[in-house]
Amino acid sequence: MSNELIQIKPHPPAGDWTETKPDFRKGTWCYSATPQNLAYLELPNPRPWQPSEQDWKLPENWKEILLTGMKERLEKYRSFRLFMDICVRCGACADKCHFYLGSGDPKNMPVLRAELLRSVYRRYFTTTGRMFGELAGARELTEDVVKEWFYYFYQCTECRRCSVYCPYGIDTAEITMIGRELLNLIGCNTNWVLDPAAKCYRVGNHLGIPPHSLKDNLDFAVDELEEITGVRVDVPIGKKGAEILFVAPSADYFVTPHYYTLLGYLALFHEIGLDYTFSAYASEGGNFGLFSSHDLMKRLNAKIYEEAKRLKVKWILGGECGHMWRVINQYMDTMNGPADFLETPVSPITGTRFDHVRSTKMLHIAEFTADLIHEGKIKLDPRRNDHWRVTYHDSCNPARAMGLLEEPRYILRNACNHFHEMPESTIREHTFCCGSGSGLGTDENLEMRLRGGYPRAMAVKHVKEHHDVNLLACICAIDKATLPPLLEYWVPGVEVAGVHELLGNALVMKGEKPRTTDLRGQPLQTAEEEPAHA
Amino acid sequence: MKNKPAIAFLIAATPACAGFTLALFPQARLPIAAAVAYAACCFFIVGIQSRVLRWANTPVPFRIPTTAGQQKSLAWIRPAKLDNPATGIAATGRMALEILCFRSLFRNTGARITKDRMIFRESLGLWLAAILFHWSFLLIFLRHLRFFVEPIPAFVFWLEKLDSPIDVGFPHLFVSDITFLAGVGYLCWRRFADPAVRYISLVSDYLALWLLLGIGATGVYMRYWGHVNVAGIKQFALGLATFSPTLPQGISPVFFAHLFLVCVLAVYIPSGKIMHGAGVWLSPTRNLANNNRAVRHVNPWNAPVKTHTYAEWQEENKDKLKSAGIPLEEDDV
Repeated sequence: MSNELIQIKPHPPAGDWTETKPDFRKGTWCYSATPQNLAYLELPNPRPWQPSEQDWKLPENWKEILLTGMKERLEKYRSFRLFMDICVRCGACADKCHFYLGSGDPKNMPVLRAELLRSVYRRYFTTTGRMFGELAGARELTEDVVKEWFYYFYQCTECRRCSVYCPYGIDTAEITMIGRELLNLIGCNTNWVLDPAAKCYRVGNHLGIPPHSLKDNLDFAVDELEEITGVRVDVPIGKKGAEILFVAPSADYFVTPHYYTLLGYLALFHEIGLDYTFSAYASEGGNFGLFSSHDLMKRLNAKIYEEAKRLKVKWILGGECGHMWRVINQYMDTMNGPADFLETPVSPITGTRFDHVRSTKMLHIAEFTADLIHEGKIKLDPRRNDHWRVTYHDSCNPARAMGLLEEPRYILRNACNHFHEMPESTIREHTFCCGSGSGLGTDENLEMRLRGGYPRAMAVKHVKEHHDVNLLACICAIDKATLPPLLEYWVPGVEVAGVHELLGNALVMKGEKPRTTDLRGQPLQTAEEEPAHA
Repeated sequence: MKNKPAIAFLIAATPACAGFTLALFPQARLPIAAAVAYAACCFFIVGIQSRVLRWANTPVPFRIPTTAGQQKSLAWIRPAKLDNPATGIAATGRMALEILCFRSLFRNTGARITKDRMIFRESLGLWLAAILFHWSFLLIFLRHLRFFVEPIPAFVFWLEKLDSPIDVGFPHLFVSDITFLAGVGYLCWRRFADPAVRYISLVSDYLALWLLLGIGATGVYMRYWGHVNVAGIKQFALGLATFSPTLPQGISPVFFAHLFLVCVLAVYIPSGKIMHGAGVWLSPTRNLANNNRAVRHVNPWNAPVKTHTYAEWQEENKDKLKSAGIPLEEDDV
């Protein structure tokens, strides 16, 4: 199959793009959201349907709903109106998109993805489009157009790579977000987005695991950590008056390899004696609302500040997660702030005052840990990671919606002896998406995921061949979930880990026993005779 | 739609032909040329104004800069001040770099997939052509002030001097004339030659290029070959500028073609993609500082939403919380 997938046709078909229709073949789209999930979130038009069917059971006045929705958004978002108007179709964005590179489908060029909306915008909202129609690049809104929107707005991971290269900063993430919002208005959404969203909303985490099971999982992690390190740590949940509320993506509690990162957090917090608490109510930092609509994003995100207020913490620390940090960095304070009941974060260990987060009062754990290492407050033995030859994958959102580039690298360089960067065009702000972000990481969409992840995988292949890299470190829960199958397919032999897993491996803890395994339970390259105080 | 370039060419050829035709009717020349020029001018000004005002009056609900470098965080980590600005001043710097130097386009790479590899290469052709074209266009526009302003401002002479560093030909060759045509020529060639770009192109994309090429070609012809009545044209232009249009005899038909092409471009600009020149200033992914966590951004319409409150959640999960020993909010115990 590997060879089949890279038979990518680099040339667009003859004729006009308006004449082609998407082919809803298996492997390239996600199942529709169940009526129950829509109903639970009180979203419009709950019904059973599938994108592969002919009849999508749209509401009778679907066209009116879409056009009204579009008008409303044109008036509410300067980004949307501007990005509809100013594209010159220079095509600089085209070969920047991982889905275009991996599929060769011309409608995956960011410019054309946006034209799917623009053509309709011109027809109904501009004078020239109304007057000259097709001549002015305008087209009617039909059911086929709706299907095309659905197909291609769920073939974009909102990674913003194209936006870095666009001479006007046109951000396809913004276009896709609005496009999906419009589709939501007529009930065209996917279950892989709305099911976790509903569970996060109702229970508190994306798998819908109830609070007592969360507690069980954390207790289990404590036991496991003790087995590996000989140190028993305490994990508070919902502790009032703790100094810090810690919010991680909920995958960290339940799924591997995320779980090893959780062990890393727990070891670190114990070692530095942090006064913190988990929350069962705000146990999910990852925000599936971002993949659906601004409103849903706000509804899910509201829990974090509400819980911080209730628990009377001083500030909030956030775990390793990509889209969560897009929301926290660019939306949270605006949507659900001001967080005037919290204090500017100050590290209780180093005394560093994190002025750059003085308004949101929420710090990224990579910033927190990098500061600890820089101030010499924790002892690391990088030899414990000698069995790993590590590369670092910048997750899209921390890279292009934040600029968190050096902090995780600083941690890795201190925690590992073998660290190798992937080629320049594929890291930092140029980083390639895993191909499964923004709610596309489901199995029925596997072909598109493998295609979209192809550029990333090729960069990994490069460092594997040149530096024998066998581990890809990252700071995103979706990466940790979806890169393992991607790499297994394209670059077998490269594992995926969180940065704090590697930190946890290297962390020398007071009272620990000689370590024989890493946090995964895999034997170390050189087993330790006595506590490593090197 | 088939034959987009040809359709665009026909549209662009119309004003040129109209110009040539007008030259055949001596009595109609002045009223029609002046009317068209004034109408185009009004259209241009009002159109641009209303478009920009509409953008400016649309709120920016969220601060969403695309960050293209290290953020400002810990004191000992060096931030990328311009590519990831932390202050308004730095964001202004980023905008200056974007508008004057086309910073983002300068990042351009070409990517392609071979058998089992991805190959990246520098790809600065687009950037170079864009820079050449835009700066030349500005220079040519400013040089044209010599026709509309009397006495001619001193800076126009300086620009002309700058623009013809070596005295070649008569009249002296302006470098910007060559770079303008070279830039537009490359952009035009690229739109045809690159299958992906051709696929995304609209009629208006070709139209803009044909108009620019037509304007450039007629202009260059008049300066270097046509030996047109420059004094007469200046008299006409000054007349327009002072709202007392006159049109001396002996003005080349090519001038009317040039004029009408410019007028059509002026009419097209406010409704089309050339508005990117005004729009880029307002682009929220470029003109905002990445300081969301330090300074709160306010959304004027911050929409109220329904949330699942802690009280509701505790009520639904009370037994489970109790059995797990997770502390409850005391009021509800």
